[in-house]
Amino acid sequence: MTYSPHTDADRERMLAAVGVESVEDLFADIPASVRASGWDVPPPLAEQEVRAELARLAGRNRIPAVSFLGAGVYRHLIPSVVGEVIGRPEFATSYTPYQPEVSQGTLQSIYEFQSLICELTGMEVATASHYDGATAMAEAALMACRLTRRSRVAVSAGVNPDHRRVLETYCSGPGIEVVTVPIDLADGGSGTTGVSAAEAALGDDVACLVAAQPNFYGQVEPMRELAEAAHAVGAQLVAVVEPTSLALLDAPGDCGADIVAAEGQPLGIPASFGGPYVGLMAARMASVRQMPGRLVGATRDREGRRGYVLTLQAREQHIRREKAASNICTNQALMALAATTYLCAVGPAGLREVAELSTIQARHLAAALEQAGLAERRFDGPYFAEVTMRVPNAARRHAALAERGIVAGYLPERDEPALRDTLLLAATELTTDDDIARLVSALEETR
Amino acid sequence: MSVVEAPRSDASGRGAAFSGAAGGDDLRVVEPLIFDRSRAERRAVRFPSPSEDARERASTQPDLPASVLRTAAPRLPEVSELDLLRHFNRLAHLNQAIDLNFYPLGSCTMKYNPKVNEWAARLPGLAESHPLDPEGLSQGSLELMWLLAELLKEISGFSAVSLQPAAGAHGELTGMLMARAFHRANGEGERRTKVLVPDSAHGTNPATATMVGYEAVTIRSNRRGGIDLEALRDALGPDVAALMITNPSTLGIFEDQIDQVVASVKEAGAVAYMDGANLNAILGRFRPGEAGFDIMHFNLHKTFSTPHGGGGPGAGPIGVSERLEPFLPAPIPTLVAGDAAEFRANARAGRSTPGARFALDDDRPRSIGKVRSCYGNFGMFVRAYTYIRSNGDSGLRTISEDAVLAANYLRIRLNDVYDLPYDRLSKHEVVFSGRRQKREHGVTTLDIAKAILDHGIHPPTIYFPLIVEEALMVEPTETESLETLDHFVGVMRQIAEQAASDPEAVKRAPLTTPVGRLDEAAAARRPDLRHAFAGETDAPDAPAAAPTPKAPTA
Repeated sequence: MTYSPHTDADRERMLAAVGVESVEDLFADIPASVRASGWDVPPPLAEQEVRAELARLAGRNRIPAVSFLGAGVYRHLIPSVVGEVIGRPEFATSYTPYQPEVSQGTLQSIYEFQSLICELTGMEVATASHYDGATAMAEAALMACRLTRRSRVAVSAGVNPDHRRVLETYCSGPGIEVVTVPIDLADGGSGTTGVSAAEAALGDDVACLVAAQPNFYGQVEPMRELAEAAHAVGAQLVAVVEPTSLALLDAPGDCGADIVAAEGQPLGIPASFGGPYVGLMAARMASVRQMPGRLVGATRDREGRRGYVLTLQAREQHIRREKAASNICTNQALMALAATTYLCAVGPAGLREVAELSTIQARHLAAALEQAGLAERRFDGPYFAEVTMRVPNAARRHAALAERGIVAGYLPERDEPALRDTLLLAATELTTDDDIARLVSALEETR
Repeated sequence: MSVVEAPRSDASGRGAAFSGAAGGDDLRVVEPLIFDRSRAERRAVRFPSPSEDARERASTQPDLPASVLRTAAPRLPEVSELDLLRHFNRLAHLNQAIDLNFYPLGSCTMKYNPKVNEWAARLPGLAESHPLDPEGLSQGSLELMWLLAELLKEISGFSAVSLQPAAGAHGELTGMLMARAFHRANGEGERRTKVLVPDSAHGTNPATATMVGYEAVTIRSNRRGGIDLEALRDALGPDVAALMITNPSTLGIFEDQIDQVVASVKEAGAVAYMDGANLNAILGRFRPGEAGFDIMHFNLHKTFSTPHGGGGPGAGPIGVSERLEPFLPAPIPTLVAGDAAEFRANARAGRSTPGARFALDDDRPRSIGKVRSCYGNFGMFVRAYTYIRSNGDSGLRTISEDAVLAANYLRIRLNDVYDLPYDRLSKHEVVFSGRRQKREHGVTTLDIAKAILDHGIHPPTIYFPLIVEEALMVEPTETESLETLDHFVGVMRQIAEQAASDPEAVKRAPLTTPVGRLDEAAAARRPDLRHAFAGETDAPDAPAAAPTPKAPTA
């Protein structure tokens, strides 16, 4: 089926008006030597047929009955009102608010988003959104390079390894060197970025230190000390945060962070096999002119009415072209709206409940595994809502449990050989006591 | 000629029914900020309490130390669900959207976004699929990605596709990183430092070149709006890494010397990059891979109708030629067990293939790396796949035919009242100039755009491409009926008449929108980028900078 409204009579009228015989004449400007030879695209499907095809594909996935998988993407409750708001066609089927008079809905919601992200992170200015947490982090590192006019980036090994790969790619563009600051991987160690390791990696040619709170392995990092270490050599601290944790943990703005980057997926966005998500970025106002991406600001109309516009556009590609702060234009406005709606729906008390329940269930999970003699915590020291557990034959048992529809978290050995025979297990407010009991008994059965 | 009735006005003459809901005389607002609706302890969502057992067991584990705890809760709004919903529904009413009215924003392909695509993307089996689930649990997601990539290869004529880039500009970045990796692999990485970009290009092209450490060199257009072949050949040399060209161009014109352009670029040893933003005009008629291009990005949110979302999410997969294939971002979904031809035939018939298995191939030593977390904007892949399968072979061809027919129809119907600097066959769009209105009546293209707003229609893209004075870039798309196109013609002619008879009235527009023309200079001069809570002074000032140059909107 097609969505074209034209009848043959319509087409005839239009062709006659244009003054050509057939629609073929409208393609006369394509040189014969480069005309398409043909293609192998299947015939059209009616709605019932295309639904059947998509249902077939959806049915080929097996959504696990019980999952402790996080590793950067978390299953949280998405309040029904979030889907209702982002499903509104006025938000979903509009575009970048180039004409502010008929885009106040999008613009005001982005201004509210920026305000919420500032409040959550303790920062002074937030962008209208980025593609995802990884690209937000990479753009934050490049921004630090512009601000400091330095060309090396230090990144903690506690940052999501998938995101670090994106950082490497982005930095390879302008030829910025990325050095990795190790974390304490010793058995029973802290699992966090050592301040002395950070100091060793930092020098007066380093633009920023990138560190995650909590880190990829769930451990709580000494962010204030890391910020001090970075600032001591004139580098910036790029803090990567998990947004629901900010109901409990110190705001990065209060820890000395200069730029904050985050994956916003936990704020009302489904896992959806990796996207669309939303990247968050916040910074100090003094750095605003080096920020990449769109910003919405408040102003007045001719009659004194408050309204919102895209602003500080002199940073952007459509004005500055090759001198722009980034090439980013389209961002993730609808996903930013999901995060905005989510944060307003849960409010401060709800976000705190989410964070508390997640941390309690993570501890419940770790304690239950320890008490059953199935696992021990791989690292010492506090963790947030994800915990790295030492489990004999982790890979084999992880695969065996997956067969039964239980995903026993993430296998850190995929990225870090030193973490063989460990599982990275995440809990959220959706993790039930029963889920934990099922994991315990399934692990017992594969002992 | 029929003109839509102006929306219902309030006392201020504005359309919004809830105008002036708060704020008093000195600060009139259309809809207050959500923060202004907040009342302490009001709630929308509650969560269960942890069980006693959970609490007890948790207490045996290390607590979060006081030193890392937040002392003041973030001041998120405290609202009821109904207040929340009303707030966002009211905001929604302030937007223009495709689902409400004609939205001929040039270069953006604002076509209808079919609802079955939304149904598909929300199927729990897809929406709840975790990207790091074991591959055995994610066969449906991997199969869908593989099938979409196969279809994009057929549509574009390229030999390989990566779905990973999250937007068109992101696809450009990926493509330029690959071009550089290609030259480096050939030992020419140091020598090739320039990227050629026509003067009609999107701003993202030169910005991308810079992000990859290349120098962007502008190539002028010829008098017919195409790339100047002489200028191109003069610029091509052993120091050129790539040409980035948009085809059909931002003038809505097919580069009718594209065969020579590509040949010249290849001869000089450079990479030929095509910006695929305007693919909507050429489906089934021109396949860039077949025509010799090395790299192209698709915009799934344009050609393949995934909703634009008020500015994202998009998706910008790239197709590449065989010689660029080793450098694609990793990982790539691959059929590891089963025969691809059999598999394709089964998928076409809506059958699964027993024994077929997909995996993510991450063992790609020459890859540029990853450009995004996970595998890209998967939800957009679901929609685009649904759309391509719905339309099928014949439907995709019809899309381009009807889109091109509509653009040519508007060109013919309006070229007597608006100047047409490049009067040639249109592809997806037609670019008029408001220079006559400006010169003769002092009415600018911006004024014309604002006047269009009063007719309930979203204006075309304005002041872009930069090579057209007072540009009005109109992309009607294939999903607008002849009545809609005729109505638009009537509106544009009426505005042209009014520009002559009563220019001041045009300059006063818009009168019916929720807010009037906004002071963008003031917004940039003293940035107010977030809500100031009661008792707070204004947000800290940004460092002073030169005034913002006038923005083209593209």
